Amino acid sequence: MSLPKLPLGAAIEALVNWIEQYFGWLLDGISAALGFLIGGLQDLLLAIPELILILLVTILVWFVTRRDIKLAGLTALGLLLIWNLRLWNLAMLTLALVLVSTIVALAISIPLGIVAARSDTINAALRPILDFMQTMPSFVYLIPAVIFFGLGNVPGIIATVVFAMPPALRLTNLGIRQVPVELIEVADAFGSTPRQKLFKVQLPVALPTIMAGVNQCIMLALSMTVIASMIGAGGLGYQVLVGIQRVNIGMGFEAGLAIVIIAIILDRITQNLVPQQEGER
Amino acid sequence: MKLEGSVIFKKLPRDEHSRSLQTTISVEGLTRVFGKDPEKALKLRNSGCSKEEIYEETKEILALYNVSFEVMPGEIFVLMGLSGSGKSTLLRCINRLIEPTSGRILIGGEDIVGMNQDELREIRRRKLGMIFQSFALLPHRTVLDNVAFGLEIQGIPEEERYRRGEELLRMVGLGEHGASMPSQLSGGMKQRVGLARALAGDPEILLMDEAFSALDPLIRREMQDELLDLQQRLNRTIIFVTHDLDEALKLGDRIALMRDGEVVQIGTPEEILANPGDAYVEQFVAGVDMTKVLSASDVMRRPEPVARCTAGSRVALHLMEEHDIGSVFVVDRERRLKGIVTLDDTLEAVRAGRGLEEIVITDVPTVAPDASLTDIISLIAESPYPMAVVDDDSRLQGLVFRGAILGALARKRSDVDESA
Repeated sequence: MSLPKLPLGAAIEALVNWIEQYFGWLLDGISAALGFLIGGLQDLLLAIPELILILLVTILVWFVTRRDIKLAGLTALGLLLIWNLRLWNLAMLTLALVLVSTIVALAISIPLGIVAARSDTINAALRPILDFMQTMPSFVYLIPAVIFFGLGNVPGIIATVVFAMPPALRLTNLGIRQVPVELIEVADAFGSTPRQKLFKVQLPVALPTIMAGVNQCIMLALSMTVIASMIGAGGLGYQVLVGIQRVNIGMGFEAGLAIVIIAIILDRITQNLVPQQEGER
Repeated sequence: MKLEGSVIFKKLPRDEHSRSLQTTISVEGLTRVFGKDPEKALKLRNSGCSKEEIYEETKEILALYNVSFEVMPGEIFVLMGLSGSGKSTLLRCINRLIEPTSGRILIGGEDIVGMNQDELREIRRRKLGMIFQSFALLPHRTVLDNVAFGLEIQGIPEEERYRRGEELLRMVGLGEHGASMPSQLSGGMKQRVGLARALAGDPEILLMDEAFSALDPLIRREMQDELLDLQQRLNRTIIFVTHDLDEALKLGDRIALMRDGEVVQIGTPEEILANPGDAYVEQFVAGVDMTKVLSASDVMRRPEPVARCTAGSRVALHLMEEHDIGSVFVVDRERRLKGIVTLDDTLEAVRAGRGLEEIVITDVPTVAPDASLTDIISLIAESPYPMAVVDDDSRLQGLVFRGAILGALARKRSDVDESA
């Protein structure tokens, strides 16, 4: 006995067509804006002489890690290695992709996290969506991205944003919900408006947790830009993909190493952005 | 009626200083039910069910039922009861951190239960300061920024709120600590910051929720004294929640005793000690043997002087001579009690050039801070030395002298006798 196959595929295609027909202008707008952002950021990063940029990043690491000279030294060495391997331009494109995706992902996820923390209804509605987003294999995000935005960096960013958003949203929500009840009472008892309560108590107290979310978001974005190379996103990820396709171990390894170096630097910077508060209150 | 007279006498000089007579707080028929169907719970209560029975029946918690009282301007009004008696819920209803289910709360004649959010914010900012058991300082702000928090919320410019903040920090004895983070302060210091923060907006009413309960006994008594001192100068209306009878008796102009969400008795400390309203109150106060009510922490003194075991016998001798005492306790670097040395032994050790560890008597009786006087009396009778009070880590917390026990008992008895 065989049931007729449900026309799920056809339905989705119809939906996609409908969206393209009526929201094409919106998709084009997003595409143009993101394309402009990436191009601009990449041009900016490439306009700075390599050595100066390496120096700037090294100083930044030194500064945010509270004068960890070892980490700063390793940062400088790692970046010099990328430059030496002739991967500088690709690395800057990857960095631009990661930064733009992260900014977009955070611009969506942090406000949503705040909203979710304030409303149990919205939280309950968001939770299954987030579960769905996090369990779905990351490759799957490439399909709608390609359908709506074609091939290139922009769909890469879209897929990355979707993939990198959930942890930042979850941790923002969690951080705010974990603010001790008495601190909320302090805000209320002294006559805070809801906005003052959010900005003077909830967000600052939740900041370490939120920053952990930001860190996760950046790390996921970096890993996704590699996968997004399959739909034409450029940078180091694309280099790895080419290495795989040509079975060129050396090429793939070099690009992979460069990604790891960037990942470590970004991780250390974001981890140290918020000074850890000793004790809890 | 003699009691009435004494209350009025106590009140009169205060009222002259009172900044405004309209800050009377009047709570009328206040009820709060936690749960989905308050009506059902109230119906059961009206038909005579107890709080427990109502919970069994409906899973509704009758936190407060038909509470009424009035707090006079400049009065310290203590809400006292065991945990779960509704005292903290009641306090939080007064600034509507918890919304009453029914009833009225008039502050200076205005019913705050009926206020909209804007009016409520305004009265919280101008009239109501609050102090929390857990201190509740904002961990990301400096001490000064914590004190100035309420002023910041009111939109007062930075310069002015810092000036006012510094002033208050000096008043609570923390003038030097404005730039510290809360995590760097001890419990007592944190609560001083909490007090300064509550006073910063110059509110007429202070709501204090078990404000000193998280502090250790010596600091707690210091803070109680300071609060009374401050009250002399500042003259606020204070509603103070506590579960500690001694604290209630010491601070309260009047005390409301609560049980299961209802006020069972309101009166001056004298009235409550003399005429406990029912068996429950009695259990708290009258028939109780004071030697059982009072604990070591209530009668102990600061452990001074003590000799460090690393110090020599000459140092110990000097300490004893200076303080004119016949023995001195010896502690280690972490203030853990090692024992006691006597004057005679020490003199001999000095002559023979021996160290303290050779003459220290380690077999001294000790008691925990919560040991009752009954236990201490039997021990101290057999010991030639003062009683050492030590915590779980055997750190020296205080010393109990015979005289202190007698003094405490005499004071308590006379409290009861005079009013009776």
